[in-house]
Order: sequence, then structure tokens, then C-alpha cells
Amino acid sequence: MPAPLIRTDALVKQYHLGANVVAALRGVSITIEAGEFVAVMGPSGSGKSTFMNLLGCLDHPSSGEYHLGEQEVSRLSGDQLAVVRNQKIGFVFQHFNLLPRTSALDNVALPLLYNGTLTAERHSRAAKRLAQVGLADRMDHHPAQLSGGQQQRVAIARALVNDPMLVLADEPTGALDSRTSVEIMALLQTLNRAGITIVVVTHEHDVASFAGRIILFRDGVLLDDRVNTAKDAGAELARLPAVSPA
Amino acid sequence: MNFLATLRVALNALRVNKLRSALTMLGIIIGVAAVIVMIAVGQGAQARVAEQIRSLGSNIIIVLSGSVLSGGARGGSGTQQTLSEDDAYALAREVDEIQGAAPSLRGTGQVVAGNANWSTSFYGTTPDYLEVREWPIAEGRGFESTDMNSAAKVVLIGQTVAKNLFGDSSPLDQVVRIRKVPLTIIGVLDRKGQNMMGQDQDDVVLMPISTARKRVLGASLAKSRNVGSVMVKVRQGADMSEAEQHMKELLRQRHHLQAGQDDDFYVRNLSEILEAQEASSKVLALLLAAVASVSLLVGGIGIMNIMLVSVTERTREIGLRMAVGARSKDILTQFLVEAVTLSLIGGLLGILLGVGGSLLVGHLAGWRTELSIIAIVLAVGFAAIVGIFFGYYPARKASLLLPIEALRYE
Ligand SMILES: Nc1ncnc2c1ncn2[C@@H]1O[C@H](COP(=O)(O)OP(=O)(O)O)[C@@H](O)[C@H]1O
Ligand SMILES: [Mg+2]
Repeated sequence: MPAPLIRTDALVKQYHLGANVVAALRGVSITIEAGEFVAVMGPSGSGKSTFMNLLGCLDHPSSGEYHLGEQEVSRLSGDQLAVVRNQKIGFVFQHFNLLPRTSALDNVALPLLYNGTLTAERHSRAAKRLAQVGLADRMDHHPAQLSGGQQQRVAIARALVNDPMLVLADEPTGALDSRTSVEIMALLQTLNRAGITIVVVTHEHDVASFAGRIILFRDGVLLDDRVNTAKDAGAELARLPAVSPA
Repeated sequence: MNFLATLRVALNALRVNKLRSALTMLGIIIGVAAVIVMIAVGQGAQARVAEQIRSLGSNIIIVLSGSVLSGGARGGSGTQQTLSEDDAYALAREVDEIQGAAPSLRGTGQVVAGNANWSTSFYGTTPDYLEVREWPIAEGRGFESTDMNSAAKVVLIGQTVAKNLFGDSSPLDQVVRIRKVPLTIIGVLDRKGQNMMGQDQDDVVLMPISTARKRVLGASLAKSRNVGSVMVKVRQGADMSEAEQHMKELLRQRHHLQAGQDDDFYVRNLSEILEAQEASSKVLALLLAAVASVSLLVGGIGIMNIMLVSVTERTREIGLRMAVGARSKDILTQFLVEAVTLSLIGGLLGILLGVGGSLLVGHLAGWRTELSIIAIVLAVGFAAIVGIFFGYYPARKASLLLPIEALRYE
């Protein structure tokens, strides 16, 4: 049996604010297999983002272990983590985090700048991913010229451009209306069916209902972890009243 | 991240903030232009002095009539003609270090040739004069001792006089009148340019001293042997101050001056004065360049300032780049290339402004300016170094950000 994609062991993260110590995560142990679609829920301040940042190799844990695939990554240096993020992980943020005054194509191609991909290939791969998220005709548009849903699609295309095994999305629908949220979830479901492991933070049950597994945080500990019969976002979308296309 | 891609990212970042980039560059533009102009002015001044040294001739000492002090009041040179023609001959004969000594008697007047006339200075002197001044004849011949003995009505004219009286046609064997005396032109002097006082040395007429005294300057001087000045050339390799000392001793003896009595002549080592001027023009050139470099430094600090602002403003961008795989050295290079691009573009524009400015200064102020490739290369190289130096700190600051903190930065 192959190793799980993600295995954390008593993961702890503390923040030091002057004399105070804030324990954002207090010993989280979890295993996520390759190909899962996991929704992370919990009240505000319960440690969801902290957990995602550790999964995304953006931060070091205070203690505990984190195995990503075969690799124990919690002790790697900053530059080694950068390579891991570049090769294995795609990020989707609540506020899209696109570079302003930069075309959709260049935004999507950004991760390829940092692994020596040649210009022509950068462009062709970015164009392919933009087409995949349905924005083939928006490649030259700047973020300011795109709707929120379109911007989030560009961000997803960027997360995919390096063929990651893991896509991490921290409240990807937090800034979107409900229909657009379903569209984004449908896109993530499509990616998941193609084999990419997806972890999504959300505080909306509707959004979480599209995941195959829901975990619940409270006060920095894992409170609940259960299997969910995922709704199909594509079918859901068909039921929603049609709006004029964005 | 390959270099071309980095450069494109940098150019893009600079384009996004056009006005700010332009203003930041302005510091470097002005700095580089200032360095180029100042070096051009400094080198121009040096070249001018060097040319004067060449035109004066080497190892020149001039002896002027008149006491330094007479009864406590400064008499000034030439107020009394205490030197005589024979002093010059004695100096040449009796002081070992002296190669030649030429007495000269100065007058001014209109030179008339046909319809043309020109106001100039004329000198009565001896054939030694041209040798002392290392002044070749461009056309014709110089005067000789036979001309001296007969007080022949012959003259040599300088280039400026030739041009103003005769234009492009040859002045040789033409007759000019000075104070109504007809004189035949036997030669034209080579071009000399300006002297250390900025006077045109080619605006001159030379004639035998006997001719000047007996025929041109008039009866009052006909019997006198006095002259205004004696130009002396010291032999190559001889000690100038020793020569000066021996000259003074001889002249005091000839003028029957008692010990304790003041000299009734001036001795000025012209070569020495020019050499001092050369040294000071070198210092001046260095000083100008140094002052200009300060403005380049200030421009560099402007770059640092703007890059620091830029790093702070773009913290989230840096966080994002790190999140998608930028290593700290990628971020460092990006900001460094941005700073160097700013300073190099500024440097190139500075060259244009500097070259234009040098030409303009030369034109408007009438100063001689000398553009040099070395100065230009130096200025731009310095600009690049300024970019690297002042860009490094902000770039390093950016590269040391932690991805998670940069991403969360508000
Ligand atoms: N950089 C930080 N410095 C100090 N405390 C932090 C920092 N980030 C998060 N925290 C604290 O850690 C706890 C968990 O935060 P977070 O993971 O962002 O929660 P969630 O995403 O579930 O809302 C909160 O109490 C928060 O205040
Ligand atoms: Mg959060």
C-alpha cells in the first residue's frame, strides 16, 4: 500500500506575541490519502488557516511532524520548501492574490518562472490551463478587467500550471456570490476526479457538502472527521436559475 | 529564473509606476550628467593650460622693467624703462644657463594695407625672439642681423593680422603702413593660440628693434637703448632657480644697485607659473568630479529610498511569488535587477544630457570642454555600482521576508 499523501503527527503551532503565547494548533494528527477531496470547517480563529499554511509548506510547525508523500518536510530550509511548493502544491486564496496590471496569462505562468521553464513553454502551458478553466478568450485581460469568479479561475489555473499533486484552497469562495461559489466548486470537483488531492477551508456547509470528507477544528484541535456523500456541483449548477453569463 | 525573464519582470514593475521610476531615475540622470560635464570642464581647463605651456615654449623667464617697490609704492612693471637692449645681450653672453635672450619694445597702432586696416600690438625685437619662443615661421623668412643693422623696413605678422588684412591671399611681400611708415612683410608666423591671460598671441606684428626705435616709435626714443622687457630662454636641463639668481646678480651689477637697494626690474618665471596653473587645474578637475560624484551618490540614495518603499508596497506580491516557488535568491535578484535597471537607464539618459550639457556649457560660457570616453564609461559604471550598492539593502530585505508573513501583510 502506498504512503498517504499527507500525514501529520501531533502538529503544534504557537505564536509568540510579546510575553503571550497563542497556541493556534495544539497537536493535530491526520492522514489524507492521494485523491481525496477534504473540506476543513470550524469557527473563526479555530486554526484552519494555520493548519493550511503548514500543509502548504508556507510555515514551520512549532513541533510535530509533517510527511508530504515520502518526504518529512517540517525541518526543510526555506529554499527547500520553496521548491516543494513549486513542484507539488497549488494555492488558491480567498482574495485571489493575482498580480495587478499583469495579464491572466502571465499570472498563470508565474510559478513556471521559478523552475527554469523556457518562455515559449511557459506561455503554452499557461494558455492550456486557462482554457481548462474556461478562460481561453481572456488571456490578455488584467485582473481588474475580470469578474471575481473569473479571477478565482485564473488563480486556479495558476495553482494547476505545475501539475501539483495537492491543491490547497483557503476559503476560495469567501469573496464570491453563491452561484459563482458553486461554479468554483464544480471546477475543483473536476480536478479532483482527474486525480488531484484537494483541501478546501470553508465555513459554509453548502460549500463543504461538495467534499468527500469533512474535518472540523475547534480551538486548535481536530474535533470531528467524517466521510461525506459529496453532492455533484455540476448537477447543482444545472438546477440553479440561469443568470446572464459573466 | 533566467535572466531575460527577470529583466522583463523588472521592466514591467518599473513601467507600472512610470512617474515614480522617472523621478527616481532623474537623480541618476543628473548625477551622471554632472559627472560628465564636470570632467569635461575640468579636462578642458587642463588642456587649455597644457596648450599654453606648449605655446609659451619651455623654460621661459621674462624680465620686466620697473621696480617692485619705489618709495613704498608699487611702481608696476614697465612704468620706467630701466632695462636696456644691452642688458639682454649681456644676459645671453654672460650667464651660462641662458640659451637666448630677446629684448622687446612694445607699441600699438593701426596696421594699414590698402583699404584694410587692423589695430594691433607690434614688437621691436631681435632674431633671438623666435628662437626663445620656439615660434616657427609659416611662410617667408625671419629677420636677420643685416635687417637689424640697417633698421630695415620689414615685418613679420601673426596669423590673426594676416587673416584680417589679407583674408586668404598671401601677405608675403605686401607693404603695410604702421604710423605712416611703409613696411614690407617678409614672413608670416605660425599659429600660437591664446596665452595664459587669454590674449590672442597671433594678433601681433614683429619687426627689428632698430626699426621700431628709429622709424616707427619716433624721435624721442631714437637715441635711447631702453626696452620694456627681455624674454629669456634657459638651456634644457639647467636649474631654473639658479639661472634666475645669476640673472638677477648680473642685472643688479649692471644697474649699479647697492646691497640693500631694491631691484629695478622684475624677474618672472613664466614656465613655473604655468606649471603651477597646470597643477591647480588638475586639482580643480578632481574637485569638480568629486562634487559631481556626490550628486550621483544622492541619486543612489533616491534609488534606495524608492526601492524600500516598493518592497513594503509589494510585500504581498513577494509573499505570493514565494508561495508559488520563488527562493530568496530569486527575490533578491528581482529587486536588484530592478534597481540596476533604474540606474542604468538613468545612466544612459545621463550620458545624453551630459554630452549635450558639455557642448552647451562650452558654447554658452565659452569654456573649453573636453568630452572623454573614459569619463562616460566611468560615470555609467559608477551608476551601475550605485544601483547595486543602494539596491542591495532593499532587495535583501525583500528576500528575507517569510512567505506566510508577506502573504498576510496588510
Ligand atoms: N501570525 C499570527 N500571530 C499571532 N497569532 C496568530 C497569527 N496567525 C493566527 N494567529 C492566531 O491563531 C489562531 C488561529 O488562527 P487562524 O488559523 O487564522 O484561524 P482561522 O483560519 O480558523 O480563522 C487565532 O487565535 C489567531 O488569532
Ligand atoms: Mg482563516
